[in-house]
Amino acid sequence: MIELIDIHKSFEGKDVLLGVNLKVEKGESVVVIGGSGSGKSVLLKHIIGLLKPDRGTVTVNSTDLSTLDEDGLNELRKKFGMLFQSSALFDSMKVWENVGFGLKRHTRLSDPEVKDMAVQKLKMVGLSGAEDLMPSELSGGMRKRVGLARAIAMEPEILLYDEPTTGLDPIMADAIDELIIKMREELKVTSVAITHDMKSAYKIADTIAMLYNGVIILTGTPEEIKNTSDPVVRQFIEGRAVGPIVVEGMGR
Amino acid sequence: MLIKLIEAIGAFIEKPAEGIGRCMLLLYSVLKHIVKPPFEIRNIFKQMLEIGVNSLPVVLVTAIFTGMVLALQSYTGFKRFGAEGLVGSVVALSMTRELGPVLSALIVTGRAGAAMAAELGTMRVTEQIDALETLATNPVKYLIVPRFLSGAIMLPALTVVTDIIGIMGGYFVTVILLGASSKAYLRATWDFLKQQDIYNGLTKACFFGAAFALISCYKGFYAKGGAEGVGRATTGAVVVSSMTILISDYFLSAWLFK
Repeated sequence: MIELIDIHKSFEGKDVLLGVNLKVEKGESVVVIGGSGSGKSVLLKHIIGLLKPDRGTVTVNSTDLSTLDEDGLNELRKKFGMLFQSSALFDSMKVWENVGFGLKRHTRLSDPEVKDMAVQKLKMVGLSGAEDLMPSELSGGMRKRVGLARAIAMEPEILLYDEPTTGLDPIMADAIDELIIKMREELKVTSVAITHDMKSAYKIADTIAMLYNGVIILTGTPEEIKNTSDPVVRQFIEGRAVGPIVVEGMGR
Repeated sequence: MLIKLIEAIGAFIEKPAEGIGRCMLLLYSVLKHIVKPPFEIRNIFKQMLEIGVNSLPVVLVTAIFTGMVLALQSYTGFKRFGAEGLVGSVVALSMTRELGPVLSALIVTGRAGAAMAAELGTMRVTEQIDALETLATNPVKYLIVPRFLSGAIMLPALTVVTDIIGIMGGYFVTVILLGASSKAYLRATWDFLKQQDIYNGLTKACFFGAAFALISCYKGFYAKGGAEGVGRATTGAVVVSSMTILISDYFLSAWLFK
């Protein structure tokens, strides 16, 4: 369904991705783990065409993204929903307008119909009654849930999650994980998440891939990742400052 | 030595040249999307309200006092050589040809241009522009086209108001405060004012409106680096737009008022 082949990307001479290969099957939930600044967000943005690779190919449903013009890319994006790390809610719009943004632009539904659908989606994420609030009136967890409701509003086939649990307390983080699982079970979506929260990764993933030094160094089920002997992956999943991944100011 | 000098000049002009290039590419994208449906009618009206109607109070105050001080200075100056009868002409020609478009443009840049850069900059650094794209919405079409069109339409409209109010300010000072003849003032206003003066002034205003909107949107759209980046974009938008207005004013005037 989604395939990244030999993706290279650099910014102002700084190499970020150095040949990433990743395959996501239909209905699968893949979590990409990796340290801060390892290029996880950059990788995710390639899947939805927000960034174009310097080299390599991104295909979605067998369509090479580089062959699409602007309209074609927008048509493809209607199959996607994306939850941003910062939620990225439109702060000049009410909650229901945020959730119904895609519906309003890409369907012929009237405003009351869009609002009804937005309210339904908000109910799915446990936010009944919040539709008339402004994003500035919401807590971090509520913002994430509104972001999720917006991502699922157009009933996408693929959901992308950029650090879905970052910045949330452990209970709220678990609630978001539960919602991600619920979305997958109820909407039968394919999902790709990036995170450095291992608890979340184990919970929501069918497959975990570790991004390190610009490439995917290991792919496996959560069990396989837990039991790997790869020293880099072990250091990361155990959260140790000392090891093959060098943290500035720390010895090996 | 010579190579070093050329290198220094190159380094000095590299960034502005890159900025101009990217701004022109953005202009191309804006023009492409203006003619492509769907048209963002609701957004355009919202921006026209913001740029035009909401700028009216400050434009009115500026226009009336500019007209008044222009009349005051001209009257007292011209009196030295007995030409106070020309005050009406000076005010009318200055306002329509020069001060109306330029002052309106500078004021709207300070108000609406700064707001545009800050709003788009904040949207950029908080990933709201990325979010628009993931929702299959072209951000240039959705955000920049309405602002660009509103700038190009509303600045001439504000200039018409500035021209009229400025001339009325001049009338108030010359006739009411300084006691000159009302009839003579009005005759001096109409006798030397040509329709072309007004049209050319409005043409300049249209260009200034499009320019400040494009530059402010460009600065905000490509902002990076969090709150500091938004601040830089906002300052840059006002400075570069104001400079562009003042510099292009000379060349446009030289071309239009041949």
